[in-house]
Amino acid sequence: MAGRMAVGSAALASLVRPASQSEPDVLPVPPGLTGLLPHRGLRRGSTVAVAADRPAPSGGTSLVLALLAEASRAGSWCAVVGVPALGVVAAAEVGIALDRLALVPHPGPDWTTVVAALIDGVDVVVTAIPGTVSASVASRLAARARQRGCVLVPYGRWEGADVTLRVVRGVWHGLGQGRGRLRRRELVLSARGRGAAARPRQIRVWLPGEPPGTVAPIDDIGIPTSEVPRPVSLTLVRKPVRIPT
Amino acid sequence: MNRTMFLWCPDGPVIAAEIIDGVPATGPVAVLHANRVVACSPAARAEGVRRGLRRREAQSRCPRLTVIDHDPARDVRAFEAVVAAVESVAAGVEVIRPGSGALAARGPARYFGGEEQAAERIVEQVAQDCDVECQIGIADGVFAAGIAARTGRIVPPGGTPRFLADQPIESLGRPRLTDLLRRLGVRTLGDFAALPAGDVLARFGFDAALAHRLAAGRDHRSLAVRRPPPELDVTETYDDPLERVDAAAFAARALAERLHDRLFRHGLACTRLGIEAVTADGRELHRVWRHDGSLTPVAIADRVRWQLDGWLSGTYRRPGGAPIRPTAGIVRLRLIPDGMLALADLQPGLWGEPGEERDRAHRALSRVQGLLGPEAVLTAVLGGGRSPDDRVRLVPWGDERLPARPAEPPWPGRLPPPAPALVLPDPLAAAVYDAAGVPVSVSARLQVSGTPTRLVIGSADPAEITGWAGPWPIDERWWAAGEARRRARFQVSLADGRALLLSASGGRWLVEAIYD
Repeated sequence: MAGRMAVGSAALASLVRPASQSEPDVLPVPPGLTGLLPHRGLRRGSTVAVAADRPAPSGGTSLVLALLAEASRAGSWCAVVGVPALGVVAAAEVGIALDRLALVPHPGPDWTTVVAALIDGVDVVVTAIPGTVSASVASRLAARARQRGCVLVPYGRWEGADVTLRVVRGVWHGLGQGRGRLRRRELVLSARGRGAAARPRQIRVWLPGEPPGTVAPIDDIGIPTSEVPRPVSLTLVRKPVRIPT
Repeated sequence: MNRTMFLWCPDGPVIAAEIIDGVPATGPVAVLHANRVVACSPAARAEGVRRGLRRREAQSRCPRLTVIDHDPARDVRAFEAVVAAVESVAAGVEVIRPGSGALAARGPARYFGGEEQAAERIVEQVAQDCDVECQIGIADGVFAAGIAARTGRIVPPGGTPRFLADQPIESLGRPRLTDLLRRLGVRTLGDFAALPAGDVLARFGFDAALAHRLAAGRDHRSLAVRRPPPELDVTETYDDPLERVDAAAFAARALAERLHDRLFRHGLACTRLGIEAVTADGRELHRVWRHDGSLTPVAIADRVRWQLDGWLSGTYRRPGGAPIRPTAGIVRLRLIPDGMLALADLQPGLWGEPGEERDRAHRALSRVQGLLGPEAVLTAVLGGGRSPDDRVRLVPWGDERLPARPAEPPWPGRLPPPAPALVLPDPLAAAVYDAAGVPVSVSARLQVSGTPTRLVIGSADPAEITGWAGPWPIDERWWAAGEARRRARFQVSLADGRALLLSASGGRWLVEAIYD
């Protein structure tokens, strides 16, 4: 009887711990992207912008989806505002839980009100920026996100974000002349920002990697760019990403 | 002894089919279950159709027979109206099965001045309200009253054992027992009741012992009376029309508290809440809000405010329509709870898993729905299909998440992963040229006329194609005119790092999706 009690209380303790722990301040991101962000994840209350200035190398939408993936898998709620063309299949492929993903494809002219309302309740809010946004509106939304502990991900032109991620270049692999298919893309991403992110960083990742839906870091050393490297599986990569300066 | 009134609708299933499905019960009609006749109309009975006949035999006796499948739900629905009609003149009806109900005879008999008068009044009421003919029998106990109802008799008080004694043993409604008893020479209920109770229990078991008590007219079971569903709507009418949203929200707060109180007293929670506002000039705005978990008064008041807010600011619009704005103040507010659950089913998880975060998210999303209309916040469901746009169904937030097509049977011709990150709702027109500058075309036999080298999207500058694959044909729904889609798809990568999904159909090229 005593033994059973002990086992029972151990099971209970394992249940209690996650509940009594203080709320984690940083939402996880896929291992390939940890090197890019100052806290190795999305810090609650911060603004992580994804720049989409035209003409730009493509890859922004995949980057946004990859940022959400791990947090969504861990149980966070996400919302995407103003992206009517969002590829939901791609979102599901990266690992976003679709039942916790809300889409507001057409927020209308009053999109800031919609974003402000979502910041109140959703953990990660992605919003496409139609044109430019005035500095006062931007700082008001950022302040609201900071106060509510929500991660705001503006996608477009946005001044004053904590971190601004940018796609430097992207190359698709797998497609030949009349044969093959798109398999994976090598993306070079850069990050710059304020405070802890002041030092510019740049990394290379497979996004999407192989198998599809993974984001795998590319180690810069020993891989000539001409040679196609073997796909790096997520589960094998444990060592921290080397950040080129 | 408890005097019981038994209400019986002859040929209940046939009548139900007439009420619900509009099958005329005056003609020969039979309701069949598992290939056997369950009930038939008088006209069919006159032609020799009986209960228990096979379909073919019934049809051979009466070739004009209309055959209907048995549907218990239909019977219940039809009988519900009959019960409501009875309840309007007498309280407390127990529904025995669809088509029969029992009620205590004492109350109506005293009110209407006699059992016969009461029975007449009820039959009349049912005939008036739902055009159904029914018969009433009155006796001591439900069992005897049920038998009396078949012939429409009123058995005098204390006369029940004598009335039952002449009834055939089959009235017990227990085929195996009556079959055995008949072979033992027990032919009437009176014969059965004459047997010693102890011997019946020892020889035939408990159920037979119960049947023995019934046969002797000792039916002491009291009625399990149906409880009419509680009235839960709350309505408030305002003499001075409410002109401002905050005034309406304040009024809604009081209303919400009343609703919450009422639900709480019944131990219920609602998963859907209808809010209905009527303006002074008679316009109505009704919207249903969905919610997991019990709504607090504050949450209800919030929803009223959001709804009115969206209404007044004109952001709420019917899909494709003009904004709906009220032109006068609100004179009536009504809250209609729906989708009831017992409150106990909605307890939050002990360790808070389903709870807080989801509630917060739901609140925020409902708020946006209040601003933009319920169709503006969507959630996606993955189903089956061959193109990235086919596989996704977008449903308004809070609606049931059902895929458009099942994912299960494999979909040959589906695009291989990775999926494109941008799927254009309106594909862009494009043109593809080969090295000589000749437009590339795809023949019916999927022959590509040249190597795609340059791509022009709309009026943009030409882009160089560095890699391409295809054509991957799909020919969908060719059997349905208007839905048929026949396309050849290509993946191309461009020199600037973009990759696109193109489709060629009928000599036209479209950009369907971008691997962004």
